[in-house]
Amino acid sequence: MHMHTLRHITAALIAATLITACGKETPPPAPKAEAPKAPEVLTVKIGSASPLTGPQAHIGIDIRNGVQLAVEDLNAKGVEIGGKKVKLELVSEDDEANPTKATTVAQKLVDAKVAAVVGHFNSGASIPASKVYADGGVPQISPSSTNPDYTLKGFKTTFRVVAHDGQQGPTLARFAVNTLKAKNIAIIDDSTAYGQGLADNFEATAKTLGAKIIAREHTTDKDTDFKAILTRIKGKKPDLIMFGGIDPQAGPMVKQMKELGIKARFIGGDGMQTPNFIKLAGDASDGAMASIPGLPKDQMPGGKAFLEKYKAKFNQEVELFAPMGYDAVFVFVEAMKRAGSADPAKFLAEIGKTDYQGVIGPIAFDDKGDLKNGPITIYVVKGGKWEPLEIVKPDAAPAATPAASAPAAATPAPETKK
Amino acid sequence: MEIFAQQIVNGLVLGSIYALVALGYTMVYGILGLINFAHGDITMIGALVSLTVIQLLAAAGVPAPVILVLAGGSAVLVCAILGLSIERIAYRPLRRAPRLAPLITAIGVSILLQYSAALIWGKQYISLPEIIEPAQFTIFGAQLTSLQAAIFLLACTIMAGLLWFIKASRMGRAMRATEQNPDVAGLMGVNTNTVIAFTFVLGSAIGAIAGLMVVLYYGLGHYFMGFMLGLKAFTAAVLGGIGNVGGAVLGGLLLGIIESLAAGYIGDLTGGVLGSNYRDIFAFLVLVLVLVLRPSGLLGQPGGERA
Repeated sequence: MHMHTLRHITAALIAATLITACGKETPPPAPKAEAPKAPEVLTVKIGSASPLTGPQAHIGIDIRNGVQLAVEDLNAKGVEIGGKKVKLELVSEDDEANPTKATTVAQKLVDAKVAAVVGHFNSGASIPASKVYADGGVPQISPSSTNPDYTLKGFKTTFRVVAHDGQQGPTLARFAVNTLKAKNIAIIDDSTAYGQGLADNFEATAKTLGAKIIAREHTTDKDTDFKAILTRIKGKKPDLIMFGGIDPQAGPMVKQMKELGIKARFIGGDGMQTPNFIKLAGDASDGAMASIPGLPKDQMPGGKAFLEKYKAKFNQEVELFAPMGYDAVFVFVEAMKRAGSADPAKFLAEIGKTDYQGVIGPIAFDDKGDLKNGPITIYVVKGGKWEPLEIVKPDAAPAATPAASAPAAATPAPETKK
Repeated sequence: MEIFAQQIVNGLVLGSIYALVALGYTMVYGILGLINFAHGDITMIGALVSLTVIQLLAAAGVPAPVILVLAGGSAVLVCAILGLSIERIAYRPLRRAPRLAPLITAIGVSILLQYSAALIWGKQYISLPEIIEPAQFTIFGAQLTSLQAAIFLLACTIMAGLLWFIKASRMGRAMRATEQNPDVAGLMGVNTNTVIAFTFVLGSAIGAIAGLMVVLYYGLGHYFMGFMLGLKAFTAAVLGGIGNVGGAVLGGLLLGIIESLAAGYIGDLTGGVLGSNYRDIFAFLVLVLVLVLRPSGLLGQPGGERA
């Protein structure tokens, strides 16, 4: 704002120095000032939108840093699109993890004529923003939003590089039935969109794999007493209990299972894969399992090198989604290269054809814009800590057991439509 | 049979906590004709205070029995002071006001307590460090932990003690006199202000113990935890006949058992049409039935203006 008015009234030279001075806030310095001098260098703006303030700021900044690192790496390497040298410029916006702010920020990025956007972090922000990007014709890759609805709006501009909840449920079910050999399964959910969706997806796949669902119970995301439900389940003698919900319920639930003497295994989704779950459940948490979309960060194909590079640059550890943000920029630039243009209208079609080996592994999209073969990692609590137990690829897993592959392959279609 | 016994045990433990909280509602209602909607949140404050004390002392390595006594003591102290101040500041000035006014203040105090707690303790769930590993044993095929047994026995002791106190002690007699007719009791030399203040202190202190029990039982606390607990306890008080101390005990235990059985068997009874998530509906359905058939509650005096 400040810079804007000054630029109109002061001489070009002063403006140029001012932009350089402010460069610390907008990381890649002075490309605008250089552009007129060297007309053959094309500036391509890459937007990044994530919460940079508030309680989720550490995750949002992590994503922004990943994008920034990709922009700098690409600039250092030199990019050519359609025979022209290209300089990438990062435009970073703060959506405050707020759906309303997200649409404002999205409009701002569209108006700033960014070629592509990496964002947002929260599903609640990514979904409303996706309409703004679609209307503006700007392609969007979310590094982290897992709500299935995000890619179900029918927008051609919407992509993500993380497995979604509709893939998590079936994967958990395959793990429970094929790997853990669970036969009698009880399912509890917390009656939220997330928890019930996850549990529904789990149930559908577990049934097709031949497991028996002996009880389907519901609680709420406010309850802490599950004794009655668990007692009922105990009477049906399950060998596995699946919970769709988050840690404030999962913790006491596992504790009460132990108190009731239920020996069944306990498994859930990413909502309970938190340190808080272990705190709430105490010793009873031992052996509980939960899944998280994506690979453990040090086991990503390009993970080690990336973690070191990130540490050297920002002097802090990768939180979670920086590698996804990093890869998203490369996916965009590769698509631009193939199309020979940085015009979204021209390279958008190429994003869908992406076949890229990124830090997080191979990246390809299905026709909805979801990550194909998004890996999911199952973690187990061991000695008061979550430890990676097994990595499951949604489509690869059933191939291992040919008998199971036919029904399993048939399941994803109805599940994602929940 | 084992499962049935287990559901009854679950229900009794849960119900004894409801009953303790219900006592606070019913005592105040008996004397003032006021539904103290802030009572659930006083319980919440008691729970969070004891949680904090347990966290601090457990980190300092104090032995578990000492921690429990200190946690209970500080919760009782804080809640007693809180109950006393709420009565003095929010209710006493409105004692002669139309009945709707103190009801609104009560809701205001409830919200004030919730958001003050959110400021102090934050909005996330707070977990309890494990200080005691409860022993497990089996009765009639039902699993019971020593903690559950202790909660149930302590609750019963408190309830029996309170019933005796109201029946036999001098203060108890003053409380009953004030309940029957505050003006006449005043003329007979009972200091009704003291009696009413004492009732709030007593109810809040018992609520604090209930809060400590909830924290120990579930291992977590939350600034909003008093809302549902208060609603259930209020229901229990109405079920048993609000204003009647014995009724609160009966109502609490009954509500706990109804909830457990509903959650355990509603699915089987309805062929899976209704799940365990409808247990609250079942509990309130019983309440509606009781109120239709016996408007003053199970043990309430029929025809009383207060029921």
